[in-house]
Amino acid sequence: METVTLSAGHASALSAGDTAWLLAATALVLLMTPGLALFYGGMVRTKSVLNMLMMSFVSIALVTVVWLAAGYSLAFGDDTFAGLIGGLDHLGMAGIGPADVHGTVPTLLFATFQLTFAIITAALISGAVADRARFAAWLVFVPVWTLLVYVPVSHWVWGPGGWVSASLGALDFAGGLPVEITSGASGLALCLVLGPRLGFKKDAMRPHNLPMVVMGAGLLWFGWFGFNAGSALRADGLAAAAFLNTLTAGCTGLLGWLLVEQRRDGHPTTLGAASGAVAGLVAITPSCGTVSLLGALVVGLAAGVLCSYAVSWKFRFNYDDSLDVVGVHLVGGIVGTVLIGVFAARGMTGGAEGLLYGGGFGQLGRQLVAAAAVGAYAFAVTYGIGRALHRVMGFRASEEQEHTGLDLTVHAETAYDHGVLGHGAPVSSSVLHSAQKAGSQP
Amino acid sequence: MKLITAVVKPHRLDEVKTALQELGVHGLTVTEASGYGRQRGHTEVYRGAEYRVDLVPKVRIEVVVSDADAEPVIDAIVAAARTGKIGDGKVWSVPVDTVARVRTDERGEAAL
Repeated sequence: METVTLSAGHASALSAGDTAWLLAATALVLLMTPGLALFYGGMVRTKSVLNMLMMSFVSIALVTVVWLAAGYSLAFGDDTFAGLIGGLDHLGMAGIGPADVHGTVPTLLFATFQLTFAIITAALISGAVADRARFAAWLVFVPVWTLLVYVPVSHWVWGPGGWVSASLGALDFAGGLPVEITSGASGLALCLVLGPRLGFKKDAMRPHNLPMVVMGAGLLWFGWFGFNAGSALRADGLAAAAFLNTLTAGCTGLLGWLLVEQRRDGHPTTLGAASGAVAGLVAITPSCGTVSLLGALVVGLAAGVLCSYAVSWKFRFNYDDSLDVVGVHLVGGIVGTVLIGVFAARGMTGGAEGLLYGGGFGQLGRQLVAAAAVGAYAFAVTYGIGRALHRVMGFRASEEQEHTGLDLTVHAETAYDHGVLGHGAPVSSSVLHSAQKAGSQP
Repeated sequence: MKLITAVVKPHRLDEVKTALQELGVHGLTVTEASGYGRQRGHTEVYRGAEYRVDLVPKVRIEVVVSDADAEPVIDAIVAAARTGKIGDGKVWSVPVDTVARVRTDERGEAAL
């Protein structure tokens, strides 16, 4: 491997190849959040699609600022207390310059790569509260939640001395715990705080644009290669194996979901195909760098089948997880995290083995403990944040706003020109304020 | 004069238009409509949740003709719109007192 040794007393060797790959991977992961915005946006009704897009898009800006200010330091700074949280040495990225190296890549790049994970995790939660969250409350929720939930959990799992990896010995390659289980459990907590949409289980709330959903799923899948294969932090064989496992599980997830639909509902649906691929990708996220190819096939299939049933639980148990963050990310995340205990292969992990390859029940137990601890922590803390914000500023849009739609009432926009009969669109419009200064037109 | 209104299946619109042109009808108005009769709706499935869609998309065709043309026009619409299946729609007519052409202010049948 070609390496570039830095001068100025840095012992670590920076690899140009690894750095090039991680630069590209970071951009790929960032693209997932606009992809998620389209995936979610297509699933809501026309009156709140812009708000749905905005909740994801604004997370990019909010999480970036809070991550650079304190998040990175608390997540990846040296451990300060029992593997629970990092230190404050790098507040505002203090002490980290272009010459610093993490492994074989610049520390600044590593921090940015990790930042893109924090962004999409916050954005994922928005699907649980579609159509009814106060935008102002969301703007406060995202930074607070990032610091109190995402940052500690990512320290536990990936930070130096984090208890899940260092003490417990659970494996999570690309974020089954910090990203999938955390977002799913948090989504469940937040939709319980806000309560169901007006007309939940009574009115038809059909997705308004399935092509948008499919395009969003495609962008997510594309970006997921950066997410998973990038998590190797090197351009090597492990990255290639994670890449192939990612493709594989997305495919078997898609097929698993369609299989259930064909047998249960009589029709293989477009939304089912998009959802199944995402479910498979969710489940392979923790396991892409730890399981065999056979493992990836089973992990994807199991997630596709299980999640296609799990999305119906909200109707039975009366929680309006509007876009199925629980059914896909919590359930899929648990499937992928736990199945590492079955399919972990020594060739991938370098040591730990799952039940199927003679490793006994030890790893399976560690995976279960990690999943339960992270899920419980994320649920409890998010519920607390949600209740507090609801009390202080109100987290739920007014009934009138919700009926009219958040696009018009919050953002003063409508996504589509529906003509004269469109919802809330003016019958005839005239310019009230021109942004251009007088005299700029000839 | 008569106002003839037809609510028919959207995919029969072109046939109805052609039939009316052959009869020498010079103008008509088409609007998208939705509703249900005996056809009721259909079922859609999203992530396993079934939705009953009661209101089925239709087109509403409106045309004003002279009293003498009314019956042949209704016959033509019925023949062109029919598929023989439930949900083919309805055609009805009502008397019209007056019609004015906006551009010239002609009145009555001259304005048709």
